[in-house]
Amino acid sequence: MTEPLKRPSRKDPLMRTQVPMLPPSFQSRTAQILTAAAAEGRFALQQCAECGAIAYPPRDACTECLSDDLPLTDLPTGGVILSHTLISAPGEPYFRERAPWLIGLVKLDCGPILVAHLHADCSTGDRVRLSLQMDKAGNAAAFARPEQDAPNMTDDRQWREMTADPKFRRVLVTDGRSGVGQAIARRLADAGATVLVGISEPWKPFEGQDRLTAGDRLQVMELSVDDERSVQRLAALIGGKVDILVNTTDYVRPGNLLDQANASAVRDQVNRHFMGFVHLAQAFGGAMRARGADGPTGAAAWVNVFSAYALANANPFGAFSAVQAGCLSLSQSLRGEMRPGGIRVINLFAGPIDGEWYQTLPAPKLAPDAIALALVKALQTGQEDVFVGDIAQDIRERLRENPKGAERALNKDQSA
Amino acid sequence: MSAATPGRSGYDGVVLACPVTVPYQRFSTRPAHWWIGKALRGLSTSAGLSHKDFDGFCLSSFTVGPDSAIGLAQHMGMSLRWVDTIPLGGASGIAAVRRAARAVQAGDASVVACVGADTNHVDTFRQTTANFARFAQDAVLSYGSGGANASFALIARTYMQRFGVTREDLGRIAVAQRDNALRNPNALMSKPLTLEQYMTARPIADPIHLFDCVMPCAGAEGLLVMREETARALGLPFARLLSSIERHNAVHDDVQLRGGWVADIDELYAIAGIGPKDLDVVQTYDDYPVICMMQFEDLGFCRKGEGAEFVRAHDLTIDGDFPHNTSGGQLSCGQAGGGGGYLGLNEALRQVTGTAGPTQVPGARLSLASGFGMMTYDRGLSSGAVILAGN
Repeated sequence: MTEPLKRPSRKDPLMRTQVPMLPPSFQSRTAQILTAAAAEGRFALQQCAECGAIAYPPRDACTECLSDDLPLTDLPTGGVILSHTLISAPGEPYFRERAPWLIGLVKLDCGPILVAHLHADCSTGDRVRLSLQMDKAGNAAAFARPEQDAPNMTDDRQWREMTADPKFRRVLVTDGRSGVGQAIARRLADAGATVLVGISEPWKPFEGQDRLTAGDRLQVMELSVDDERSVQRLAALIGGKVDILVNTTDYVRPGNLLDQANASAVRDQVNRHFMGFVHLAQAFGGAMRARGADGPTGAAAWVNVFSAYALANANPFGAFSAVQAGCLSLSQSLRGEMRPGGIRVINLFAGPIDGEWYQTLPAPKLAPDAIALALVKALQTGQEDVFVGDIAQDIRERLRENPKGAERALNKDQSA
Repeated sequence: MSAATPGRSGYDGVVLACPVTVPYQRFSTRPAHWWIGKALRGLSTSAGLSHKDFDGFCLSSFTVGPDSAIGLAQHMGMSLRWVDTIPLGGASGIAAVRRAARAVQAGDASVVACVGADTNHVDTFRQTTANFARFAQDAVLSYGSGGANASFALIARTYMQRFGVTREDLGRIAVAQRDNALRNPNALMSKPLTLEQYMTARPIADPIHLFDCVMPCAGAEGLLVMREETARALGLPFARLLSSIERHNAVHDDVQLRGGWVADIDELYAIAGIGPKDLDVVQTYDDYPVICMMQFEDLGFCRKGEGAEFVRAHDLTIDGDFPHNTSGGQLSCGQAGGGGGYLGLNEALRQVTGTAGPTQVPGARLSLASGFGMMTYDRGLSSGAVILAGN
């Protein structure tokens, strides 16, 4: 049984903050295919398209038939632990700091044998379910957990290294004026986080204001992301304590390039989304990266709530889509920059929500709470790319199958 | 696998001579090339030949990069008609002798210098581990295993559970080797080891504890392969290569409980014309005591699963009834990288030529040496063995 995680006491300001280290990261280009699965929370390995043999460790030719057609294939997660060892004296500094570390050999019911990180409740002979996680370095990492959920199971020390569980972490939700921001703040508080919610121009009333201020785990802070000084002011106040930052900037204005007489609507969206991202990253990113190994509840993740239109430009949201695409590119830069600290950059791609600015679009549309639930799950399970709702998943599939066709289809007026 | 694959022939007329050990150091500021030079100088002195008279050269080294044997040929001024680089870790020594013997037998070379050498700077081991194999990079290193300890721990747990082996049983092997090492002035471990110390040592990767592990070090081993006439003409003590085997990626147990020896062991003895009981001294590859025990079974000294009983029933020291790893083995001498696979080979050669000095088993004439290596993912892929006979 997992020992429940204790709420950390106040940090002793005289104690040195542990410098983040990463697990070794030498995975081959071929092995990166597993990272693609891990990023989306899928359990998938290479399987030979010709003879069906499963290839692990990742290969460039099938052991059975030498085919080079070894696509990533979703597989059943069940298996049994053949052997385990508790490593007391690992070689690499990252593991030395975290020793002892439990690993095992797991034989999947579908055949292959994997070296895997083990949940502390696992040992030789146990039935387990396997998942592909992303470790702090971004390596795809096999992780074996008991088949059945048990109380406090997610408090497991090694599991928490593979995830960014909000429990007992301090989260900044950057925009609490929107329904999405509010839903996310509430769900994170429910998941055990202390939540700080950014509100621009707090003297202006907004819908949901009373519910936001009611909870004792929620605290409202003044924050306008498009105003660099506002972001810096807040960072000066709380920047050293933010463990998870959730960028919920939500400012959508329909309109393509030729629909508008001047650039002001585009500029506003650039300022809020793109420049807001830049301000937040520059003010908060460095401190978070430095606190990536600051105890069991140290800095862990940066989450962006994007529109799925970041993936492909959609009419009549031409300008908004472009701004989102720019933010997506920023997030990829940030992901690389945050890696040395072991900070995960998680992108949620949401379909249109059921709100005023998507008024003209047909169903299906997302409830804000669906985004909030997906976000909490991504943190708890360590996903990196999350496609929320039918529209987002549809766009992703179409881009995978036929990018040109998807571009043309989305360029048509979505509301027509 | 059946014994006596048609067509495999013995090594008539091929001998091994001039075992050279460049004394090991825990850490060295010198590069691998320095150690190789020392080994070649030792071979040259021992044979009474210039190193320029060697016309074959075979090298195994993890730390000589970016060079391989050919770079060393120019570095050391050797003009060769046969050259090989063997990257088989602990199986390199056996493989080198096998390749060199065929070259000499076929007339492609007259005198082949076989060298296993590595340096050990302060961070060498970690870097060697990091660049060992792609499967290790893709599916082991990022799991905290760092080196072979965790991988062997996974094997050891399964083996011990399956066959009822206790840590005491494995400890007997380590303790006996330390007894032997106390007679070897070149062994890095020079303090006695008791079974109690073995049992109470700190865990490294359970069930592997401190005295189950070898200490990485710098060092070099070398020997010469030549025709018997050549050895006689030079007046060198020599050993005949009676038979040898190697086998790679042969075991498909879920967790490795056997080495590749099992595929060819009958043939090893058949070609040599002897049985396991005829051997006077045995040198198994000892990266971990559990691998020695596995070899007692796979090399035919007892049946599978009886390794622990075998160890309990025999005295493995130099003076015992089953003299084993008489130099102290890697467990007590240190593991000199590519030299590790030559340690047992050279000790076997010394034993059967009566030149082992303080570790000599009186009257030893027949010896077996084995090699094992290349844990690229979850099992040791390469294994080999030779049987040497003294004159």
